[in-house]
Amino acid sequence: MNKIKKLFAGATLMALGQQAAQADYKLNLMQGVTKVSHDIYDLHMLILWICVFIGVAVFGAMFYSIYYHRKSKGHQAAQFHENTTVEIIWTIIPTLILVGMAIPATKTLLELDDVQKSDMTIQITGKQWYWDYKYLNNDIHFESHLDEASEITHRTKGADPRSVPNYLLNVDKPLVIPVKTKIRFVLTSADVIHSWWVPDLGWKKDANPGFINEAWTYVDTAGVYRGQCTELCGRDHGFMPIVVIAMEQADYDAWVKKTSDQQKQKPDLSDQNREQLMAHGKSVYLKNCVGCHQIEGSGVAGLIPALTASPKVTGGIDPLIGFLQAGTSKMPAFSKLKDNELAEVITYIRNDLGNKIGDEIQPNKITPVYEDD
Amino acid sequence: MSAVVAEHDDHHADDHHDHGPAKGLLRWIITTNHKDIGTLYLLFALAMFFVGGAMAMVIRAELFEPGLQFVDPAFFNSMTTMHALVMVFGAVMPAFVGLANWQIPLMIGAKDMALPRMNNMSFWMLVAGVLLLASTLFMEGGAPNGGWTLYPPLVLQPITVGKALPFAVFSVHLLGISSIMGAINIIATIFNMRAPSMKMMDMPLFVWTWLITAFLLIAVMPVFAGAVTMLLTDKFFHTSFFNAAGGGDPVLYQHIFWFFGHPEVYIMILPTFGVASTIIPIFARKPLFGYASMVWATASIAFFSFIVWAHHMFTVGLPIAGELYFMYATMIIAVPTGVKVFNWTATMWKGAMTFETPMLFSIAFVVLFTMGGFTGLMMSIAPTDFQYHDTYFIVAHFHYTLVPASVFILMAAGYFWLPKWTGHMYNEKIGQLHFWLSAISVNILFFPQHFLGLAGMPRRIPDYAVQFADWNMISSIGGFIFGLSQLLFLYIVIDTIKGGTGEKVTDEVWEDAGKHSLEWTLPSPVPYHTWETPPTIVPTEHVLDHH
Repeated sequence: MNKIKKLFAGATLMALGQQAAQADYKLNLMQGVTKVSHDIYDLHMLILWICVFIGVAVFGAMFYSIYYHRKSKGHQAAQFHENTTVEIIWTIIPTLILVGMAIPATKTLLELDDVQKSDMTIQITGKQWYWDYKYLNNDIHFESHLDEASEITHRTKGADPRSVPNYLLNVDKPLVIPVKTKIRFVLTSADVIHSWWVPDLGWKKDANPGFINEAWTYVDTAGVYRGQCTELCGRDHGFMPIVVIAMEQADYDAWVKKTSDQQKQKPDLSDQNREQLMAHGKSVYLKNCVGCHQIEGSGVAGLIPALTASPKVTGGIDPLIGFLQAGTSKMPAFSKLKDNELAEVITYIRNDLGNKIGDEIQPNKITPVYEDD
Repeated sequence: MSAVVAEHDDHHADDHHDHGPAKGLLRWIITTNHKDIGTLYLLFALAMFFVGGAMAMVIRAELFEPGLQFVDPAFFNSMTTMHALVMVFGAVMPAFVGLANWQIPLMIGAKDMALPRMNNMSFWMLVAGVLLLASTLFMEGGAPNGGWTLYPPLVLQPITVGKALPFAVFSVHLLGISSIMGAINIIATIFNMRAPSMKMMDMPLFVWTWLITAFLLIAVMPVFAGAVTMLLTDKFFHTSFFNAAGGGDPVLYQHIFWFFGHPEVYIMILPTFGVASTIIPIFARKPLFGYASMVWATASIAFFSFIVWAHHMFTVGLPIAGELYFMYATMIIAVPTGVKVFNWTATMWKGAMTFETPMLFSIAFVVLFTMGGFTGLMMSIAPTDFQYHDTYFIVAHFHYTLVPASVFILMAAGYFWLPKWTGHMYNEKIGQLHFWLSAISVNILFFPQHFLGLAGMPRRIPDYAVQFADWNMISSIGGFIFGLSQLLFLYIVIDTIKGGTGEKVTDEVWEDAGKHSLEWTLPSPVPYHTWETPPTIVPTEHVLDHH
């Protein structure tokens, strides 16, 4: 079956004069890298083969009948219309098969449900349109956004996705976890419902605003595992991937040390030249603003205001800073941005996206309206 | 065994109060004739099939290659949302109501529907509801784009949905009222207007499946109307049904929605079972196998449809007891569904089959619906659903149960009954061409989506990682062929109405069809008024097991 499909796929692509982009077609579920994902894979294969078996039997009988019991072959129609024995058999046998399936399925489900005795906990918060990871045991906290190459490519007409490594499946800061450790995840959302899915871990779990879901994993082998948001969460639902890097314990410890040291560093609030402000500002914009206000600052008609020629953007600096830090009922507050980031992004939106104020906002000009914790 | 038609035609001359259709366009607006209203429903559904299909073409064009080529992600989301709403509420459901209008009175020997004026009203409310929904396409902020399930908080979010929400909600209200009125009418007709000698267990299966479907509609449409009304008050009157900050719960909406939504998907498939059970015996020249078990299987599927809703929500964070219960309950549905497939196979077994277009579509339905059933069974296993959920695997699953199942059977019904309704034979060659093009392309379209889902492609995304490129392209090619092939059906319908092959069809149209059901004992084309005197003897070929 797979071979035929592959041949067919190949023929179609050749007919189109296209080169097959990937040598190996993925046709089946991945086995994953945890015991649970293997159990799920086994369940999947079991139920798949049961379906194939039943399908071959039923369709076999049907096609036999279609071939031999046709009027054009002179077959005379029998006139039977019931058979209690047969009807009882084909009610009982499927029931028994289902009971047989339910037992291993129940086992796996119970195993997946057991978040007890975990070694560490990571809080996952879904946000439009990125993930926020908080390590509850050691205060590491960061955001994980779609990487810049994918971000720019999917927003640029005519750009070639094939030129971007791991297009749409790459992030700026991956979630790092140690191998051979039971990790408990608590999932929630800051806005709408998201769903966190890494196929190699074997499950997905919804992140619901105002509620906390639990899940866990125990990864056996170090590696990079990719996934995506799987609950429609608005216009950029397709652009909030997940990357998990599982490391050996020693590497993980080193990563924890490096990351918490970095987090403790005070932001660099020294003056920057115009090019630096604009380049950094663009990065901040691509992470935080582009999902709504778009890459050219055009906004979305009827939903999201444009930044191009917007009086809020081109007007006074202080009201703009206050506005960004406080947010509105429609726009989230960006109090999380450091003074240097605010300065950079404000410079960027005032001097790009069709605006040309010509000023440079330095980090020391930022006056706090709201302080983040 | 075969029917004797009461001399209904002779009475026509004495009939002073009603002489036939009104003249001109007004006929179609004021009509209370079940055949006219059936025609209106069917033509409207066909039009909406093409509207919803055009939206699917936009989706498949955007997904033809990775990268964003044609549409903006929000418009893409509007397309998936509107495609589903238009196909479910504008095409498939109305098409089956149209069939019910035409066929139920003919099949049970009733002279019309029990409530003809309400019948007219339910059709025009449907049109109003769909137009209201379609109007959102032209609004500031676009059509609803939070998915056809309209999940909060997304659908309430000002940056996601513009002015469309109240229009969508009122549209759902109108469609709901229309469906409920249609369902009441069908139940009243079946209970009160059967030919005197037709017992419940003599009714053709199409009538049975529609009777059960009508009860589902009455039970769940108000639930959906309630859910969307709560969305409306959350949005405009500051209630907090679904807002955690106000003490509500967004997951509550999902429970209410799927309490409607699961029976809803059976509303679209149970009448399908009825049509297949009507067509297959005629072309196998054999009585339907297991009539009584078909009735019971339908009823038990309908019953189970009320108690399995949370299998749509396995990943939402249900308590373990809930996961286990909904998994077991869902698995059980495979048993009555299996019984149906076995019965159809046994009906074909040792028959004397011929393969006219209606039979071809019906056989394809049995095979491909079963494929959808298999993937449904796979997804009933909650732990494996943790992988399949919200990927292209489920997109493949429900499209198999809707397109080569419900839509194919609607096509089969068209080929099967058009000669009866119009008195003209359709062009069999073009019909078969339409079948083969559809049956092959629908698999090119949907089969690769299983692979995409298993390989990790989420649903409802406008752009994807490059490893999904090949199967998406193949799927899109299948989609374009399928879409274009349906123009053949449009051609055939028009051609048949205008005279078809010119061949004069007999009253039975299909060999010995009169032994199976009453409509084939009427003249072809069916007169404007039928069964003004109910038939005294009803065909029993399909219910031999208790006669």
